[in-house]
Amino acid sequence: MGEFDFSVITNSLPFLGQGLMLSLWLTLLSIIGGIVLGTLLALARLSGFAPLSLTAAAYVNLIRSVPLILVIFWFYFLVPLALGRPIGSFYSALIAFVLFEAAYYSEIMRAGIQSVRKGQVHAGQSTGLNYWQIQRYVVLPQAFRNMIPILVTQGIILFQDTSLVFVVSLRDFMTASSIVARTEGRLVEMYLFAALVYFVICFSGSLYVRRLNKRMAT
Amino acid sequence: MIALQNISKWYGDFQVLKDCSATVDKGQVVVVCGPSGSGKSTLIKCVNGLEAVQQGQIQVDGQEVTSKKTNLTALRSRIGMVFQHFELYPHMTVLENLCLAQEKVLKRSRDEAVSKAEMLIKRVGISEHINKHPSQLSGGQQQRVAIARSLAMDPIAMLFDEPTSALDPEMINEVLDVMVELAKEGMTMMVVTHEMGFAKKVADRVVFMDEGAIVENRPTDDFFGNPESDRARDFLSKILNH
Repeated sequence: MGEFDFSVITNSLPFLGQGLMLSLWLTLLSIIGGIVLGTLLALARLSGFAPLSLTAAAYVNLIRSVPLILVIFWFYFLVPLALGRPIGSFYSALIAFVLFEAAYYSEIMRAGIQSVRKGQVHAGQSTGLNYWQIQRYVVLPQAFRNMIPILVTQGIILFQDTSLVFVVSLRDFMTASSIVARTEGRLVEMYLFAALVYFVICFSGSLYVRRLNKRMAT
Repeated sequence: MIALQNISKWYGDFQVLKDCSATVDKGQVVVVCGPSGSGKSTLIKCVNGLEAVQQGQIQVDGQEVTSKKTNLTALRSRIGMVFQHFELYPHMTVLENLCLAQEKVLKRSRDEAVSKAEMLIKRVGISEHINKHPSQLSGGQQQRVAIARSLAMDPIAMLFDEPTSALDPEMINEVLDVMVELAKEGMTMMVVTHEMGFAKKVADRVVFMDEGAIVENRPTDDFFGNPESDRARDFLSKILNH
């Protein structure tokens, strides 16, 4: 082993930056899509209408029982078959992430919805609001607010999971780091650097969650 | 205005309401009292269909609450309800609390809703707090906001489910004052409460419940002057001596 040479990092910053942007972009879109779909699943599950709630429950349990990497593969091969044309690695990965994360977000939102007192629903009903209006204006805003720390925590996990997209040859931050590491022969430096970047991003997220929790406790 | 005919309700094997019948005529104030667990809160929640009944019929303003054909959502918008724990929306300001259903249900314009809200908030005496969130108000103030929120819908009748029992003693009167004023203006009211002073002052009739059944249903003066049943006498002696 020679000396460490960290100039390899500075030299490839633009390339690594592109990878990081892809990771963050994929994370953000998956969080948004996952929360929207997850909320609908949670509402379905709590609807009290058996066909709807059983379907939602089956979906959530199925998805939570398979590894994410398998879901990414599925959609990489299945979506082009279903649509009859390729949609590219990014969109197939995005669909996989949204559908996968929705299962987890739906459990979080379900807990959030159940944390809102029944009296709030009664208050809405007694003023003549219908089911959707009560969910939209009364229940979900409170459920969402109560669950923000856990939603952010799930987002951090999701960010780490985006490193799995190498299997469909998407060039996220992790993949970009690997490419640089191998082509420049600087594995130790690059993987240390990659670890540092993931640590800084995820740890800042955790600190933010801790602050949110403190603020909500007061 | 409100008519309950032989309603019964069960939670599993446990019968919470036993063949209850009562009426509230237009402009009347009826107080429902009784020991805790006697089914008073369940009874009043049946009036606007928040709780379902298994037997009997409920009519409000000539419409069947218990019938599937009735548009329950529309009917509810015309009956105000005030809850023991206020149930203001904690994520909205006082003003938003008052405007939500006005805009979404009655389709009033923003300006109409706001001016109605301002008028009612002034009436219950908390104009200076209109842009605050409920958590910044005292219990008594929150309950007055809740009353104003119901009144904003121009209800034909008001239901009160133990409106003062979650309040500190010094705040009870500020809420009762608003209710007395409403009663004097001729609002049709059904009130579940332990406040016998309020009942004596404004109630036309008192309904006394015990173990899910209506034991007495009589004009206020009769009820207090000469209760028929031992259970009512017992209840009154306990509650009036404090």
